[in-house]
Amino acid sequence: MSDVIRLNASDLAAQLAEGSVTSVEATQAQLDRIASVDGDLNAFLHVDAEGALATAADVDARRAAGESLPTLAGVPIAVKDLINTKGQPTTAGSKILEGWVPPYDATVVERLRAAGLPILGKTNLDEFAMGSSNEHSAYGPARNPWDTNRIPGGSSGGSAAAVAAFEAPLALGTDTGGSIRQPGAMTGIVGVKPTYGGVSRYGVIAMASSLDQVGPMARSVLDAALLHEVVAGHDPRDSTSIDAPVPSVVDAARRGDVAGLRIGVVREFAGEGFQPGVQRRFDEAVAKLADAGAEIVEVSCPSFTHGIAAYYLVMPSEVSSNLARFDAMRYGLRVSPDGNPSPSAEQVMAATRDAGFGDEVKRRIILGTYALSSGYFDAYYGSAQKVRTLIAQDFSTAFAQVDVLFSPTAPTTAWRLGEKSDDPLAMYLEDVCTIPANLAGVPGINVPIGLADDSGLPVGGQFLAPAQADDRLYNAGAALERLVPAPVLEEVVR
Amino acid sequence: MTTAAKTPLVPFDEALTRYEPVMGLEVHVELNTATKMFCGCATEFGAEPNTQVCPVCLGLPGALPVVNAKAVESAIRIGLALNCEIAEWCRFARKNYFYPDQPKNFQTSQYDEPIAFDGYTDVEVDGEVYRIEIERAHMEEDTGKSLHVGGATGRIHGADHSLLDYNRAGIPLIEIVTRTIEVPGDKAPLVARAYVNQLRDLMLALGVSDARMDQGSLRADVNLSLKPTGSSTLGTRSETKNVNSFRSVERAVRFEVGRHAGIIDAGQKVVQETRHFHESDGTTSSGREKSDAEDYRYFPEPDLAPVAPSRAWVDELRGTLPEPPSERRKRLQAEWDFSDLDMRDTIGAGALELIVATVEAGAAPQAARKWWLGELARRSNDTGVDLAALPITPAQVAGIQGLIDAGRINDKLARDVFDGVLAGEGTPEEVVAARGLEVVSDDGALGEAVDRAIEANPDVADKIRDGKLQAAGALIGAVMKDMRGQADAGRVRELILEKLT
Amino acid sequence: MSSPLSREDVAHLASLARISLSDAELDRLGAELPAILDHVAAVQGVVESAGADVTPMSHPVPITNVFRADVPTPGLSRDDALAGAPAAEEDRFLVPKILGEEA
Repeated sequence: MSDVIRLNASDLAAQLAEGSVTSVEATQAQLDRIASVDGDLNAFLHVDAEGALATAADVDARRAAGESLPTLAGVPIAVKDLINTKGQPTTAGSKILEGWVPPYDATVVERLRAAGLPILGKTNLDEFAMGSSNEHSAYGPARNPWDTNRIPGGSSGGSAAAVAAFEAPLALGTDTGGSIRQPGAMTGIVGVKPTYGGVSRYGVIAMASSLDQVGPMARSVLDAALLHEVVAGHDPRDSTSIDAPVPSVVDAARRGDVAGLRIGVVREFAGEGFQPGVQRRFDEAVAKLADAGAEIVEVSCPSFTHGIAAYYLVMPSEVSSNLARFDAMRYGLRVSPDGNPSPSAEQVMAATRDAGFGDEVKRRIILGTYALSSGYFDAYYGSAQKVRTLIAQDFSTAFAQVDVLFSPTAPTTAWRLGEKSDDPLAMYLEDVCTIPANLAGVPGINVPIGLADDSGLPVGGQFLAPAQADDRLYNAGAALERLVPAPVLEEVVR
Repeated sequence: MTTAAKTPLVPFDEALTRYEPVMGLEVHVELNTATKMFCGCATEFGAEPNTQVCPVCLGLPGALPVVNAKAVESAIRIGLALNCEIAEWCRFARKNYFYPDQPKNFQTSQYDEPIAFDGYTDVEVDGEVYRIEIERAHMEEDTGKSLHVGGATGRIHGADHSLLDYNRAGIPLIEIVTRTIEVPGDKAPLVARAYVNQLRDLMLALGVSDARMDQGSLRADVNLSLKPTGSSTLGTRSETKNVNSFRSVERAVRFEVGRHAGIIDAGQKVVQETRHFHESDGTTSSGREKSDAEDYRYFPEPDLAPVAPSRAWVDELRGTLPEPPSERRKRLQAEWDFSDLDMRDTIGAGALELIVATVEAGAAPQAARKWWLGELARRSNDTGVDLAALPITPAQVAGIQGLIDAGRINDKLARDVFDGVLAGEGTPEEVVAARGLEVVSDDGALGEAVDRAIEANPDVADKIRDGKLQAAGALIGAVMKDMRGQADAGRVRELILEKLT
Repeated sequence: MSSPLSREDVAHLASLARISLSDAELDRLGAELPAILDHVAAVQGVVESAGADVTPMSHPVPITNVFRADVPTPGLSRDDALAGAPAAEEDRFLVPKILGEEA
């Protein structure tokens, strides 16, 4: 394994700046690494060697010409295949978009290009980001580099596996109910869901519009912060984008000091369903934070336990509407019903949507259609939106007492492929700790806190902060990272 | 498709002896903003297909809407002009249904939080004022256009496939919905027509829409049901779409009253459905059945922030409103010195704003009225095209009157000029030149014609010589005939008198 | 709230959602959805016990009046617009015959 691929993004950026390595060399090293391990991981759905190397060469030339470049210029990145890349396929992990090439870039991709990050390719995901295991990808599951028989988490499983396995130093993911933080926890990397509205959603294929956020995935808190500052900030093309300065997350990540910080431990995120090995690592992390001068306060957020119920109404409702556009008329797959030589548009739509969507997507569309249908709207969708308010109120109450909240990111470590496939509800319950942040729009970070002693697999801890206080996550995360070094993967475990 | 058994159509007047029509109107106004409701695409009418599209209005994956400020402003101004309350806070909502002309398979609209609500407007029919209550006016977006290919008729039924152009998709619409309109049954068709006509005038006065029914920038749906006279039991309603002219609004109401009455008389049930109006014969035909299965699953649009117009903004916009229609009618009648009857006819013909524009272009009010309510109204009736949709502008009408005032043409020649302008031959000046319609006032040519007339009618000439000047009319007629109407009648008279007295 | 969902109910939802589910899929969803619905129906009880004055949250960020100036911006070229189309003809998207309403 080449040394350059093991560098954190900030270190690689420094070496690029001082000229000890070129972007072309670094990018080629990542492409070589992908070629050598991705057959086992299936983290990438599409690799764009030519495009990545072209960007790298351009950055190298500009640097050689003495141009002042953005910090991460020349540092390669992987992008979740839910995010549009002009001229490069974007499938959302679905058959229904197989071969579709977007005619426009997502705002976050424009910003990556403007900052000179070579885009290595597009990473695997649960279809339309619906899942916690990556098993719902139409292109086969991505696998966990700590044990390729296990899931890497989801839905940003490909991005997580790619970063953890040194295929890329950085990746973009999206998080609707934990899809950045949970795979971060499963693979032992850092992942951040920014404040809702902090990062543009323009050009990001929508799953649930009021919950989706794009965020950074990296092997250090500082790396995540550097990437956060590249992609975050107001975008007039996204009406839900916050028109305010981006919190100084890089400064916060460099600070990493919890002395005097009030950290709330959420009482509801413990006990039944939480793997003992996860709980032990989490308790140790709390103890170390206390040793470092943090004030640990137990807080209660009783509405959080209803997060999953509210989430599985709001999310599928929005899904059922957002995914209506995949209808075989203007783009994507078109399938004719069997045995019908002259089908109508309506029949072609229905046949295409049956053939093009996977089981989980169909399940959620049907669930959402039900929740929104007349006669049920108030009981389901209306009540779920009120629960969102209750959860937001719990956050407000908690943040009046403490600066950040701390909990395990996921109740368990990575499970075996297929282990939970037959029980959708069991899979949904995996997101218990991450969902409240999405419902309330507040930011969250996963920071690796070691390997569970009962499974030998990575465990993640999650900080949550008030909306637009993303810097608090990076400060606390960087401190924790120093107190509890992240587990280091020596080589992909096959 | 629903095919109710054919029942006889009851004559309108007879139907009213047993039933009262219950009517509501939904009017869609396409705004004339430079860009679409939720994206920066241009909105030119008649552009090449799919040249005014972008990821947002094509519903591409990942695209997000952003509200056009001007469209919100227009919506508020329309609401204020209709005496509506303006919402302090309201949201967009998604109306979910699949249709190929709807790129996202949901329409971004407003549901239970319209931007404007609880208003009214007063319309005048035959000198009577009727108050039309406005339930709501809300913002939404238009759909694309489909072209049906193959099949015998070129219509949707029997087509092999359809071709879609999304230039119109996303153009801002304001949907204006009335409450139930309660007027005497015999007035219902005219009130419906007058209301739609008044909306058109208001939109033009506000400057928010081209409001052309023939181009679809003003579209009316007529909802109608019947209840037995004196009863409070509401009947099943039909929604008639595709009503493309003011005249058709009136005809659609008449037809549906007769159709419903026939069905109820026969002891059958009216089907709740959309119906399509046919301009050719004034009938409607069954469209889509509105079943309980239709469930739009409205929910608040998460991709758009709520709209909360400040009261200061609303007040500022209130200051930009045109004169209310009833005050405007009173003022114009006084300014123009029209009799009540003149005014009633003008309004009934939907000619008020046309006359305003013609007067603004320089014509005298009575002259403007004469042409619009005479010559042009006749042509409108003959062709079934609304006055406003005739291919002639108020400025051209004023131009023709100007030619008359200058003595270059007379009233008779003016009719030929109207023919030419309506036939697309150009401006009045161009038509006069091309058709050689200018009156002859050249004394040489007129003198020769007068001499010929005197020679051909010696006894008439003698009478004039004897002092019977009123006999000159016969000679003038002969000269006009000789000159094929293109003589300056006044000058001809002078010449005759010069020569014979 | 227990949520009995008949096979016909699922078929109706699939029709609203324009998915021609197979018989096997209808059976499977009919079996799976009630358990999920039982779980999510808990929100009603939560809301009832919380009292009446809870405002539903549709947008996590409380912003209003996000508008764009009415100034045209470049869209897609016609070729780019049609590039992803399953079929196109005469510069338009070609779709199978449309049933239902007459346009």
